[in-house]
Amino acid sequence: MTASAETPSSGSSRSSGSLLYDPKVRSIFFQVALILAVLLFFGWIVLNTMANLRARNISSGFDFLGNTPGFQTVTTLGTYLMDVSGRAITYLDVLKVGLINTLLVAVLGIVTATILGFVIGVFRLSNNAVLYGFSTVYVELLRNTPLLLQIFFWYFAALRAPWVPDARGKVSFFWDNFHFNITGLYGPYPLPQTGFGATLWALVIGLILTFVMRWWAKKRQDATGKQFPIFWGAVGLILGLPLLVFLLTGAPLRWEAANFVQEGPVLRRGFQKGEGMLIIPELIALWLALSLYTAAFIAEIVRAGILAVNKGQTEAAHALGISQSKNLRLVVIPQALRVIIPPLTSQYLNITKNSSLAVAIAYPDFFSQVQISLNQTGRAIELIVIAMLVYLTFSLITSAIMNYVNSRMKLVER
Amino acid sequence: MALRHLLCGVMAVGFGFAAVSTPASAQTSGSTLSAVKSKGRLDCGVSQGLPGFSNSDSAGNFTGIDVDLCRGVAAAVFGDPSKVRFRTLSAKERFEALKSGEIDVLSRNSTWTMTRDTQLGIIFAGVNYYDGQGLMVPASLGVSTAAELDGARICTNTGTTTELNVTDYFRSHGMSFELIAFEKTDEVGAAYEAGRCDVYTTDRSGLAAERLKFADPEGHVVLPEIISKEPLGPAVRQGDEQWLNVVKWTHYAMLNAEELGISSENVDQIRDEQAGLVSQGQGNQEIQRLLGLGDDFGAVLGLPKDWAYQVIKQVGNYGEVYEANVGPDTPLKLARGANALWTNGGLQYGMPVR
Repeated sequence: MTASAETPSSGSSRSSGSLLYDPKVRSIFFQVALILAVLLFFGWIVLNTMANLRARNISSGFDFLGNTPGFQTVTTLGTYLMDVSGRAITYLDVLKVGLINTLLVAVLGIVTATILGFVIGVFRLSNNAVLYGFSTVYVELLRNTPLLLQIFFWYFAALRAPWVPDARGKVSFFWDNFHFNITGLYGPYPLPQTGFGATLWALVIGLILTFVMRWWAKKRQDATGKQFPIFWGAVGLILGLPLLVFLLTGAPLRWEAANFVQEGPVLRRGFQKGEGMLIIPELIALWLALSLYTAAFIAEIVRAGILAVNKGQTEAAHALGISQSKNLRLVVIPQALRVIIPPLTSQYLNITKNSSLAVAIAYPDFFSQVQISLNQTGRAIELIVIAMLVYLTFSLITSAIMNYVNSRMKLVER
Repeated sequence: MALRHLLCGVMAVGFGFAAVSTPASAQTSGSTLSAVKSKGRLDCGVSQGLPGFSNSDSAGNFTGIDVDLCRGVAAAVFGDPSKVRFRTLSAKERFEALKSGEIDVLSRNSTWTMTRDTQLGIIFAGVNYYDGQGLMVPASLGVSTAAELDGARICTNTGTTTELNVTDYFRSHGMSFELIAFEKTDEVGAAYEAGRCDVYTTDRSGLAAERLKFADPEGHVVLPEIISKEPLGPAVRQGDEQWLNVVKWTHYAMLNAEELGISSENVDQIRDEQAGLVSQGQGNQEIQRLLGLGDDFGAVLGLPKDWAYQVIKQVGNYGEVYEANVGPDTPLKLARGANALWTNGGLQYGMPVR
């Protein structure tokens, strides 16, 4: 470090005095020195840890990720997408399965918590005593009990409900297409046939055309003042166009129904593994608990956001002759969203992180897969580092998306 | 949650550092036996509630074969089996509690494995109960052997050898299965009882104990197959052979007593009979050695001469302890099986006192 400071000063040929007293050079020197010190510190920690692990004959390194784990993971979206059956899997696969399962429950939870939270939040502002009372009780009850307790409640409530048949029985609904029993919710699984790709392309084209249409409609409105029914246009392009293509290509999609067997060996009866779509009760309980719990927080955020919009805004809108529904859509909600979005981001991050409670009810999310691997391999440091990096990445991506939305929504200052 | 487990990770590293100092401190702090004697009680690590092995009633009285082994050690050291303080430990805490000196002996249905004997700084003193992993199913399924379990949904604990054993077993028999692994034992039992899975798997003694917690214990059957070896026994710290011997020979004394037909009921009578014969150079030499009538086998352990007599008199022989806690007349109804004496075709074998 001293050498780096002396080198530039000795080689100096500038006439503006000694480099030693140049504030710019000095600040660069101290910044480089600080970075070096931080790097040395972390390097020392890593080397020290490795030396100590070696001294204690504790194996370290990431080579275990290629080893074969001696256990099996319950069938979920993760095991389906990773196609773990019938081949030798590795610890890396085990972690990937967990990753997919965490993303699944986080996305599901975010969508339902947002919808439910907005509805409950609006109820909280309602003049209707029943709606107000219900939403108040809902928020206070769910916000003030621990999430882990709620997860257990929904899980065992679902398993022990008297109307849930056992593994060899079923209750069917929606014209015998969907069924449930204690082992989960079963439904038909879509199997795309040849030619289905055209429908997907139609969807992509529909999305692009929607953006073009929006741009054109705005331009036309700016020029002529005429409005165009953008919503129905979008429905037609995004839903109608792919549907048309789908029907024209001869509906190339087959539905694989869940297979329910009533004969044969007793443990082979019931729904057959790998046929149809299965949602396991652990996922349902976790999804329900995360959504309902977080919705209580989101409801309060929504209520605060709407209350933050001054009543004068509505009155001004009415004075301009803007209708009640347009007032809500164009005046109140855009302003409320400015208040809502930043705390909403925190709630989305919370859902992702809280999903690690899944281990309590045997849902194989990322953290439970990390924990099982940790117990079986003993690579505590490596696995905790992986887990931290993964959750950090999830959180940063969520934040980035929400910050983008926020920047679109915030007040445009001139 | 993530933070909590991060802390666990940090603590695990911390324990790693602590492990360096453990052997050094064990050498300098002297023998466990003299430490136990000077504090006047034995600190014994037991489970958090496993009927038959270690379980406490509402009044705080502990019962079980793991508990009685500790009482036996206390009887050998102090002549008083009540001088034990029981510490309930979770599976995660148990080995750290022993290594740190918080307890003197770990008697907590722990499986004797090579890893534990060689890498944790502890050593097993014997096998108090020969166990094996078993499979339990609801009687209503009408299943009688494990071969009929193709397609079963199985509930178990995560991160245990149980999970690995059952996967091995089903894969090597070419049977399909679905493994649902919970973090805690209570949830395994609750999910199985609710019908989420067809099979509950853990150690066979554990199955018998867990079954007692069910609403209808008779409605479940344990299948005859044993899919792994689970020798459960007491463990002590490495580097203190004297203390290892005290625990080991207490266990052997209880086994030898059963083999010689000495129980807590007849020990006084037998001792009186043999005491009269010692001076004549007659009688059963084995019994005389065990009961401290002949040569002194207590001093070599650092114990009183009548150490084994106290164990038998105040706690009982192995058979008595077994019958009282886990045997066919108890709620657990476990037959002796592998835990019968070697003379009866079992595996329990007390090394000779001579």
